[in-house]
Amino acid sequence: MNTSSAVWRKSLSVAGATALYGVSFGALAIASGLDLMQTMVLSLLMFSGGSQFALLGVIAAGGGAAAAVATSAVLGVRNTLYGISLNTELRPRRAVMPVMAHLTIDESTAVALSSADARMRRLGFWVTGVGVFVGWNATTLIGALVGDLLGDVRTYGLDAAAAAAFIGLLWPRLKNRQAVAVGVASAVLATALVPVLPAGVPILLSVVVALVVGTTNWLGTKSKKTPVKEAA
Amino acid sequence: MTLWHTVLLASIIVLALKLAGYSVPAAWFAGERRSRVLELTTISLLAALAAVQTLGQGELIVVDARVPAMAVAMLMFWAKVPFIVVIIAAALTAAALRALGLAG
Repeated sequence: MNTSSAVWRKSLSVAGATALYGVSFGALAIASGLDLMQTMVLSLLMFSGGSQFALLGVIAAGGGAAAAVATSAVLGVRNTLYGISLNTELRPRRAVMPVMAHLTIDESTAVALSSADARMRRLGFWVTGVGVFVGWNATTLIGALVGDLLGDVRTYGLDAAAAAAFIGLLWPRLKNRQAVAVGVASAVLATALVPVLPAGVPILLSVVVALVVGTTNWLGTKSKKTPVKEAA
Repeated sequence: MTLWHTVLLASIIVLALKLAGYSVPAAWFAGERRSRVLELTTISLLAALAAVQTLGQGELIVVDARVPAMAVAMLMFWAKVPFIVVIIAAALTAAALRALGLAG
């Protein structure tokens, strides 16, 4: 009996936290030059915090449209991987798949996969997904509406909040030496390229680090991630 | 491309990527090397975004209140403080330093 209430509690606390941070997205979007409708389209249709903030980051830095689209798209690829896991684990009916796909984000996937039981996984996915969707869009709207009144978002440290949010998304992924090395090298490379390349391009080019290290498995351990592989 | 084109195109691509997860054969993303490259790609992008959001200003590198705010955030994430508390603390750090005139 308390398993399902525990899932509800967890889902709603994740949704509440994410929603709070929607205010800063809304305000930053307006400060980056988007209008109210464009800001809402991002939260309603794109609905993926990392990609949304990435798009703003490139636009606010004066980057080109192609770099902005490419950066948010590449960050969106992880949702594809989440979808593959969720499709295998939750076995959704075909009719609900499009809705489920739309709600497939970091938070709903993490909560869903944190339960052991299939029914609790479904519950966690839907409560978190719907909760974040409603909260995120409501607070994006509030942020966008008050964004005009706020003036310079830097006064409130919203630029620093966006930077911290990227680190927050990154942190749980730094599970081993290889991940940390790739993170540090990518940050250094992108920063070094900022003065010499158009805005947005340094961020995209940092992917070279992942491609090189990932392909050669430099600093990698053979069996850490997929111990099954070793037997094969 | 206008700003509207950028917003719509990026949104449609991100949505299509989500739908792809439920329709492409899982085998496309299987394999140790491929999944490692994909995971590291996300790490690369997030780290680069964090760095440029902390130090970049257009095509310049600027050290200002974002740097101490980022240091506070990293310490707090390391101490396993909840996400939203860290985000608020980072914003407050930068805001306070600017209000006190200690950083730009």
